[in-house]
Amino acid sequence: MAEVRNLATTIFSFLPEAEGRYMVISGIAIITIVALMAVFSPFIAPYDPIKSGKDVLQPPSPEHIMGTDNLGRDIFSRIVFGSRVVLSVVLSASLVSTVIGVPIGLISGYFGGRLDRVLSMLMDSMYAFPGLILAIAIAAVLGPSVFNAVVAISVVYVPTYFRMIRGQTLSIKSQLFVEAAKATGASDWRIMRKYIFPNLIPTLVVVFSLSVADAILTEAGLSFLGFIVSAPTPDWGFELASGRPYLPAGYWWMITFPGLMVMLLSLGFALVGEGLSEIYAIGRER
Amino acid sequence: MLRVENLKKYFPVQKSALEVLLSRRRDFIRAVDGVSFEMKRGEVLSLVGESGCGKTTTGRIIVGLERPTGGKIYFKDREISSLSEEEQRKMKKYIQMVFQDPYASLNPRMKVGEHLVESLTIHGIAGNEEAKEIAMSMLDRVGLPGEQFYNRMPYQLSGGQRQRVAIARAMILKPEFVVADEPVSMIDVSLRAAILDLLMSFKEEYNLSMLFITHDLSVARIVGDRIAVMYLGKIMEMGKTREVIHNPKHPYTAALLSSVPSFLKKERRVEIIGDIANPIDIPSGCRYHPRCPFAREKCKKEEPELVCEEHSFACHFPLEGGF
Repeated sequence: MAEVRNLATTIFSFLPEAEGRYMVISGIAIITIVALMAVFSPFIAPYDPIKSGKDVLQPPSPEHIMGTDNLGRDIFSRIVFGSRVVLSVVLSASLVSTVIGVPIGLISGYFGGRLDRVLSMLMDSMYAFPGLILAIAIAAVLGPSVFNAVVAISVVYVPTYFRMIRGQTLSIKSQLFVEAAKATGASDWRIMRKYIFPNLIPTLVVVFSLSVADAILTEAGLSFLGFIVSAPTPDWGFELASGRPYLPAGYWWMITFPGLMVMLLSLGFALVGEGLSEIYAIGRER
Repeated sequence: MLRVENLKKYFPVQKSALEVLLSRRRDFIRAVDGVSFEMKRGEVLSLVGESGCGKTTTGRIIVGLERPTGGKIYFKDREISSLSEEEQRKMKKYIQMVFQDPYASLNPRMKVGEHLVESLTIHGIAGNEEAKEIAMSMLDRVGLPGEQFYNRMPYQLSGGQRQRVAIARAMILKPEFVVADEPVSMIDVSLRAAILDLLMSFKEEYNLSMLFITHDLSVARIVGDRIAVMYLGKIMEMGKTREVIHNPKHPYTAALLSSVPSFLKKERRVEIIGDIANPIDIPSGCRYHPRCPFAREKCKKEEPELVCEEHSFACHFPLEGGF
């Protein structure tokens, strides 16, 4: 036990001793478990997630720890393979939003003026839509597919990155070291790249984890409505949809376990985000 | 070397939408309101005044961080305040600035040495490898051994060490003109002399001119060849340091001197009445008259001109006799 503690202390030594530290550690633990599930799915899953079996709607038992679904498939195996779709859709969508939202927010906040007003208004009007509704609308127009789901989700989260990065840029650019860089003769491009962006990274990490936490819920919603994967492919949101008709008859396990997984993964990212924001807030006072 | 003519900087006052609708008049903070002076190569001019008198703004305009509302700045007979952004950027190779607050003037996510390399690469003076070498020797020169300090982050340094980095960053370009904006006012008293010595050693080495902005007359007395006393955006008195300190003509200068305990004998001390006036609503006539114990009728109506001589002052009734 003491060795485990020591190992944990070494691994997480990059985190300052601050409140929020344990939030980050438990968040990282959850994310790591799910990520391992996704990477090593074939080795972890005890059964084929797609092949039907004859033991239909079995409650959790030693053979099927999460029970089986209406086609006799092992739910645990489907959850293990489902993590692949969830993580790849959510992470690639979030990366796309970052790559679009961060430069626009940085430029808008740095230069200000008319460009900033137009961009802010545009982003605010997107932000005004509830995220899931906007994602559904886009996905419905584009048609159901994994790629389109990535597009839909990334559009939804661009304004989040834009707003946070723009606000942070406004506060950083008024600091003296930016003035000093100007007095040295640095160009606007250089100031944004070497003076403002590196100081945005703490904010960016926090916004990224929090918006991934949110995007997981949006992904589950889209998947539930059938906008991401179709029939045999496992995906958590999709499992919820296929388990729903059986819930009134008392087959609670079909819907419970995928639902818990969605919640758990979202919680993992939220913990990392909240914990880090707490740590950095303390760091700022230093 | 540097000539400033009738420099003005007015900042518009922020108003709410309702106020804008109700009144047509636009109010301005007249931070700098007609400042003129000239500096020779290798000369140090101390710009002295209370906070809010426009001394920092004057410095910021000269280095190009602020565009003047009016007036001209000639650097080696070239007008520089109306240059394009790009040309102004290039001028910064010759005109550098050292800021007041060493805790805020360094990028918290950039190594100490990189700050110096930046200066060199921005102006295309040296490639990366060479720049690093120059930066190393510059760090040695300012008393922070390069081997030890190049890779440190700013938060690992004390205020005095940071100010040395800031000075090195400015001086590595071998500028011809430096604006030093209260470079020691936030430094521990015990370190001030060392930082001032460092600045002055660069001044000697590069024969550069320096505008030394300070509110502290005891510092101005040491560093400046000349002193200019500023009040509410205007220069009140300007002359050789010795002259101004031992023989102040303007009551404001005398009042400032009186605030430094050891400068004036008790019976010669001049008082100052009330607070600095509002720079939006500058008093008529001599702008100092509401606070001047010697003010007469004339002072309320006529604004005195700064007589341009070796020892110039803007006062209708200058003080007599030395101190």
